[in-house]
Amino acid sequence: MSDRIQDPVRFIDERTGAAPALRKALRYLFPDHWSFLLGEIALYAFLVLVLTGTYLALFFEPSVGKTVYHGPYAPLDGTQMSEAYRSVVEISLTYKAGLLIRQTHHWAADVFIAAIVIHLMRVFFTGAYRRPRELTWLIGLALLFTSLLEGYLGYSLVDDLLSGIGLAIGYGVLLSVPIIGGPLGVLLFGSAFPGKGVLESRMYIAHVFLIPALLAMLIGAHLALVAARHHTQFRRDRRHTDRRLVGIPLFPAQAPRSLALLFAVMAVLFLLGGLVQINPIWQWGPFEPWLATNGAQPDWYLGWLIGALRLMPSFDVVVGHYTLIPNPFWGGVAFPLFVLGVLATFPWLERLLTRDVRAHNVLDRPREAPTRTAFGVAFLSWIFLIFAFGASDRLYVLFGVSYETLLDVFRFAIWVVPAVLFVLVRLLCRELGHTDRIERERDCAEREAGQAGAAAGAPGRVESRA
Amino acid sequence: MKLRQWLIALSALAYARRRRRREQPGPQPDGSHHRARLSRSPGDGRLVPPVPADRRAEHLVAVLLVVAALFAAGFVVVYAELEPSTLTNQLLGVCIAGSLACVAAALAVLARRLVVTEELEEDYPEPDPQAQDEVAELVREGAGGITRRRLLVGAAATAGGALGLAGLTPLLSLGPLWDTTPLQATPWHRGRRLVDTGGAPLRAADIEEETFYAAFAEGAEPDEIASLLVLVRMSPSALRLPPGRADWAPEGILAYSRICTHAGCAIELYRKPRFPALEPKPALVCPCHYSTFDPATGATVIFGPAGRPLPQLPLLIDASGYLAAAGNFSERVGPGWWGVREEPS
Repeated sequence: MSDRIQDPVRFIDERTGAAPALRKALRYLFPDHWSFLLGEIALYAFLVLVLTGTYLALFFEPSVGKTVYHGPYAPLDGTQMSEAYRSVVEISLTYKAGLLIRQTHHWAADVFIAAIVIHLMRVFFTGAYRRPRELTWLIGLALLFTSLLEGYLGYSLVDDLLSGIGLAIGYGVLLSVPIIGGPLGVLLFGSAFPGKGVLESRMYIAHVFLIPALLAMLIGAHLALVAARHHTQFRRDRRHTDRRLVGIPLFPAQAPRSLALLFAVMAVLFLLGGLVQINPIWQWGPFEPWLATNGAQPDWYLGWLIGALRLMPSFDVVVGHYTLIPNPFWGGVAFPLFVLGVLATFPWLERLLTRDVRAHNVLDRPREAPTRTAFGVAFLSWIFLIFAFGASDRLYVLFGVSYETLLDVFRFAIWVVPAVLFVLVRLLCRELGHTDRIERERDCAEREAGQAGAAAGAPGRVESRA
Repeated sequence: MKLRQWLIALSALAYARRRRRREQPGPQPDGSHHRARLSRSPGDGRLVPPVPADRRAEHLVAVLLVVAALFAAGFVVVYAELEPSTLTNQLLGVCIAGSLACVAAALAVLARRLVVTEELEEDYPEPDPQAQDEVAELVREGAGGITRRRLLVGAAATAGGALGLAGLTPLLSLGPLWDTTPLQATPWHRGRRLVDTGGAPLRAADIEEETFYAAFAEGAEPDEIASLLVLVRMSPSALRLPPGRADWAPEGILAYSRICTHAGCAIELYRKPRFPALEPKPALVCPCHYSTFDPATGATVIFGPAGRPLPQLPLLIDASGYLAAAGNFSERVGPGWWGVREEPS
């Protein structure tokens, strides 16, 4: 007798021995909480990036060889430009659905990194990075910083004016690395900026193969580690402990939920790609090294670096005739490395300070770890203020406050606001924790009273869910 | 050895605890923490509890999937029928997003109404001290026959390092490993003319005050960064140039490198005061990080993060009234690096 489900299962298991693993995988438990979906959003955005990026690569010409544009966009007709820029203008304006795919790709990159950052905040403020998940945390950080580079390379490839300005700044930051910066810049760019045209193919292979392959491997390792130690969980009631996991199984409950999220993320990204214009490169014109423009802003995830570059006071560290540390090093290299360093060592720093070396599977609510939460809010506000100053020229246009005043205010605020927030948030968390304790005690007392009542035969509250 | 005793004690404890737990099933009779076998419902012997039939939800899912198919068909029709335009792009986006959103909605209804949502429990995986111990032992004993371990580790590291180096060597073809001459290159020498964006030589008489010009070295490659200049004319009486530059600005015409000394963007803003009484003096500004230079004093930094003034190019006006360089830049061009402050050769 044939069975439409049993037969294929048998066929596969006999040849692979997969049934025990599948049985386990189908019953893998997912704690049911919306905040666990943030990482999934990033994963699905990555999927969209790979699909749309592959399509774009079929049309993109990774060369800065000169050509002349002839096409439907009149303002550029007859303009000399690079092959790369011409091909992206054509993707955008000549090929049907080209603009949709290109804009969706760009939106997906922005959403991908945003989802990673919000996911990182969730993990930080709930203490999910603690033992035994420090490696997952480190891989996540590697993912974030690799994604920043990937995004930067992506919009640098286009060779429009905006991307050329971004590359010029990248070159300046690279040169600012003490001692080796100059030769490193020449090695990478092939000459002094803008180089002799060798950079484009180097960025291209990195953007479409090397870095995506690295990202895919990191994502695989990240997910494998999550599955190996299982998800963390919030303590909703007494069943949730560090030993015991409560959740809904992958099949049948979780699978359609995750798939629904996948399709929803794709729907949002394609809707954005169709309706909300992003980086209309045909309006910027081709890049020439003697051109720049006011009001140029990078993609959001590089704003913090622009802000840091702008906030630095004017000085180079000079030793004799030699420039040891050129100015852009502080904002462009030291600042992101410092942020990465703090985040990467945080699980161990916290362990040193709290002497809590136990393994944790139950998450903290932010209020339950006042110092961590306060530090996180202060650290984030520091980065956010620097990020906001990256758009200082836009702030000037919006609020009419002069750039010089804004600079003074921000140079003051980036130190004072985090300090004030640290104290306030710590107080707030302690206060909330105190209220929680009182409620818990009342609940306990009520339960005991109820049980005593039930024992005495009186109708009382037997169980109360906290 | 103390550590080892501890590990043995721990593993014995863990083993005993596991035995105990296996003997007494957990608080939930579903027993899903048993790894080997899944538990069955005591009543009907099923693994997954049944879900009551929900005709309306099934119909809803079917309708959503049909609408998704219609949207997808719409995408194909729009692609086939319409010429590329903003509207086409918007319609394509709405069609594909609509289709995906309907599938998402169908799956959401399916998850909520057509499959059972069981809340189960299981034990978190715990480290197995015995396995850890045995792995360590395997490694230790397996490599126990090698007596000159240090020698071998050293030799292996040498081989690995040399092989790695050899493997990376072809990368040297990418470019010079340690060459800073491109950073010092300059097309300027005495007598080289200045040309405009179209390549036409610039006449001193055509340079006006209160605006700024892009200029290049005649015949230089368009991507030669040291060729790029910003040109302004100021009243000669307003100039306060550094010592030794008295004759660098004939008729008050000043030429500076166009490349910001901070991060390498082009100086593309010229701030000229419209109300000199209220506004600051004329300045050259980089739009990237707003480094601001005073052209009257040799482009010293008056605001922003730049650490060096813009390099100045000495000018001369030749016999036919054209602008030409009177020498090389005062300093090296471009953003800072180790050797940027060395005397230009």
